[in-house]
Amino acid sequence: MATAMPPAPQPRWMRWVDQRLPIFSLMKDLNEYPEPKNLNYWWNFGSLAGFTLVVMIVTGIVLAMHYTPHSDMAFDSVERIMRDVNHGWLLRYVHANGGAMFFVAVYIHIFRGLYYGSYKSPREIIWWLGVIIFLLMMATAFMGYVLPWGQMSYWAAKVITNLFSAIPLIGPDITTWLWGGFAVDNPTLNRFFSLHYLLPFVIVGVVFVHIWALRTVGSGNPLGIDVKSPKDQIPFHPYFTVKDLFGLGVFMLVWAAFVFFAPNFMGHPDNYIPADALVTPAHIVPEWYFLPFYAILRATPDILFINAKLAGVIAMFGSILLLFVLPYLDRSKVRSANYRPAYRVAFWIFAADCVLLGFCGAAAPEGTWLVVGRIATAYYFAHFLIIVPIISRLETPKPLPFSISEPVVKGAAARA
Amino acid sequence: MAEADAHGHDGETRRDFILLLGNAMAVVGAAAFAWPLINSLSPAADTLAASTTEVDLSPMKPGQAITVKWRGSPVFIRNRTPGEIARAVKDDGASMPDPQKDEARHQDGKAQWLVMVGVCTHLGCIPLGQSAGDNKGEFGGWFCPCHGSHYDISGRIRKGPAPKNLEVPDYRFATDTRIIVGEKPRKPAA
Repeated sequence: MATAMPPAPQPRWMRWVDQRLPIFSLMKDLNEYPEPKNLNYWWNFGSLAGFTLVVMIVTGIVLAMHYTPHSDMAFDSVERIMRDVNHGWLLRYVHANGGAMFFVAVYIHIFRGLYYGSYKSPREIIWWLGVIIFLLMMATAFMGYVLPWGQMSYWAAKVITNLFSAIPLIGPDITTWLWGGFAVDNPTLNRFFSLHYLLPFVIVGVVFVHIWALRTVGSGNPLGIDVKSPKDQIPFHPYFTVKDLFGLGVFMLVWAAFVFFAPNFMGHPDNYIPADALVTPAHIVPEWYFLPFYAILRATPDILFINAKLAGVIAMFGSILLLFVLPYLDRSKVRSANYRPAYRVAFWIFAADCVLLGFCGAAAPEGTWLVVGRIATAYYFAHFLIIVPIISRLETPKPLPFSISEPVVKGAAARA
Repeated sequence: MAEADAHGHDGETRRDFILLLGNAMAVVGAAAFAWPLINSLSPAADTLAASTTEVDLSPMKPGQAITVKWRGSPVFIRNRTPGEIARAVKDDGASMPDPQKDEARHQDGKAQWLVMVGVCTHLGCIPLGQSAGDNKGEFGGWFCPCHGSHYDISGRIRKGPAPKNLEVPDYRFATDTRIIVGEKPRKPAA
């Protein structure tokens, strides 16, 4: 590692700074940080999410210079950004589609973790911090969606804040407090703007701790076995900077395709109608990245003495909170699904179930879709609470390679 | 602090106690300042002040419905026909999630006037049913399209995820054809 190497020659001013503030040593440590050499492209999505966070903060700060957080002026100020502010359209479309791209990166990052067992010892705290980041992202995205104060903004705010009215006894008082009034109105918009500006910086803080924990125990890898020797590793720079940059190029192409060719593809036309407290749009659905959770909310029926509304809210929040206890539900010592034949099947069925829930969340909650939604919701919970614990006890994993280098060296020997 | 200190005392010292007291005061102080922060988010005085709406009912014919805005939410007012009232009373005994008799949902002797907050008790959408062409649901009252709650002609929840009947707000008949939504009815003079 860096400490064992001779100090690299550097200009005197850099040495002068480094002796007083070891910024260059820190950068050197980060660059030379040894990573497992077998990381595949699924390991790109953490840095992609980090990049997206930076873009969101930069575009968001500039957008906030043009936006007016008042219920009478918010909608018009967003239209002014689109029509009159220089490059306002670009900043807004980058920011609006960036929210979706952030969820793309984070969902893939989460499913990477589920497949390769990234939540297992010794990476539980990294995983928990990740779930906290995910929850913060959902809150931030929701409040950002409210700011343009269109019809979908207003009704999203109304429906989501009303989730809290399901809390027994104090629920209605909590919603009044959240709104700062008796309905979603100007005070609500004001505080959402304040929090939408604040939370991304909270996310930056948690991301920092997330990476700190990651650097403490080291990255996992597709084989799911521990690093045995320095032979299993290569330095982050240049090997993974280059790999991350290539992925970033592809990611930005997709993002740019949305921004320049289909900027409203993921939005709803109703959000270009100013908010109206007296008319609910015919079909309110959240953004695509919330659809599976929305489906769980709507599909849950009365359970024993709990009414459907409270049960739906509990199920929706529970579906995410389950991720916190996942390290204890999955007792298998083998991390990578590549060596777990039964879990590997369960993983793909679960992934399909999440997509199916997304379709249920987009459809009207009636007839066949309601039934399908209920089955898919039941399966979501069964996966975590029944299937994963049982598989982790009964499954016979395939034999693991001795080290990360071994299959490569053997493969080379076989080819020779 | 188990070891003997410079004064030869074992265990806790005056300094430990002062430290504890100081920390406790800091916690109490922080908690005390949290309250103004939390309370500032509750409805402000001007929001509370704008809390009544006066409505003239005289132009409303039987079978007609209007929507007025009160405290930022829609209020449904319906001049119910005798047939609608009879239908509501007939269902008084039916099984429903939030059982309530029709007579508890209007003011005494004013069975034709149904006044309700037009906000679905599920997640706050505005139910359909105020306009002639609207989907009125399976019970001929109101229907919330967001998550499929059906209300009857008394505004009672009959089917779907909503847990409560549509809320009946406080309102007072100032005259026979004029109501003030947001004020409690005065006790009739004995």
